[in-house]
Amino acid sequence: MMGPHDLGGRAGFGPVLPEEDEPIFHADWEKRALGLTLCCGALGYWGIDASRHARESLHPVTYYGSSYYAIWITALTALLIRHGEVSEAELASGKALAPGKRSDSKMQAAAVADVLAKGAPADRDITAPAAFAMGDRVRLSKLSPRGHTRLPGYARGKIGVVTKVHGTHVFPDAAAHGQGEQPTWLYTISIAGTELWGATAEPCTTVRLDAWERYLEPA
Amino acid sequence: MHDHPHHGSELDEMTARVKALETILTEKGLIDPAAIDEIVETYETKVGPRNGAAVVARAWVDPDFCAALKEDATAAIASMGFTGRQGEHMQAVFNGKTQHNVVVCTLCSCYPWTVLGLPPVWYKSPPYRSRVVLEPRKVLSEFGLTLGDDVEVTVWDSTAEVRYLVIPERPAGTDGFDSAALADLVTRDSMIGTGLALEPAP
Repeated sequence: MMGPHDLGGRAGFGPVLPEEDEPIFHADWEKRALGLTLCCGALGYWGIDASRHARESLHPVTYYGSSYYAIWITALTALLIRHGEVSEAELASGKALAPGKRSDSKMQAAAVADVLAKGAPADRDITAPAAFAMGDRVRLSKLSPRGHTRLPGYARGKIGVVTKVHGTHVFPDAAAHGQGEQPTWLYTISIAGTELWGATAEPCTTVRLDAWERYLEPA
Repeated sequence: MHDHPHHGSELDEMTARVKALETILTEKGLIDPAAIDEIVETYETKVGPRNGAAVVARAWVDPDFCAALKEDATAAIASMGFTGRQGEHMQAVFNGKTQHNVVVCTLCSCYPWTVLGLPPVWYKSPPYRSRVVLEPRKVLSEFGLTLGDDVEVTVWDSTAEVRYLVIPERPAGTDGFDSAALADLVTRDSMIGTGLALEPAP
């Protein structure tokens, strides 16, 4: 879906404003928001794709009007409600009214170092051969899925060249919606600036992005 | 939206919302506040751009490591002890005389946490995410980095779980520097691609 998050090539957001000596967090609540999001992920209800989809599904007014970790907390709350781990009544009262369902999966403090160091690799083994190889010309899909996708709007329908074959990775468009991992070949596609932006491209610029095989057709 | 501190009322509202959620989840037995402390401490003190700087400095002085980094960055970086969340699949992209690389995530905020830590606000914000794929030279010039038209600019949009680490060029005047001295010249921005490695002090 070309939601509010799909920002590549859009205008009107103003200058990039780096902050001198920026702190890692700007408020204590941001620290708790990061930790809460990671800890709740360990409950196992959703993966990173569903998590991203919850954020990009926020109404544009909310998405653009919220700071980064506020987006995280709003999306996390929606996920917890959807999976029945938190109720509106609990949020209104600020107190638990029933025990958690997956408290057995609670991330323990002693486990954090291992969990973070292990991460969650997205590569999976499948036997199907790759349809494309290095150097192949491909056209990126024109489809505009209503659900989660990782094909940015600015690249839809554009022609590029395969510059790397990454192996098979979890397919976000499926995984975000509880349709299983559906591992799919992943490629890096190099797209000339002029293909993306025509004569308004800056000279000698290229965009490379990673695209799953289902986003591609021969060109 | 994300570029400047919000007015106090939102901060207060967020403090209250996050505190309430943490309290509810703790009472329900779903989270351990000590685990949150541990996560925060990890990204405040253990995982940050010093990791990436060590990788870059080693690539500059150790040709075998540099070759391994080009071949399989995930394994090469893991060999230095940097593994895990938001660094599960790494690729190193090398700058040269006629090649400059810069990294973005136009769709969210993908960033190589294992080597750079948590991303700065500007990296996650709409101005950078919207503009750097359309006008990378203009954006880089605003960072103080003006590149000639003979330099190919490649923008890496992190749309999958592969995370990109830019290997900046080694600055002139650093012959004989050891890895530690070199690492001091490697800024976070030089590994995102919005800057270059620092020149050594004369």
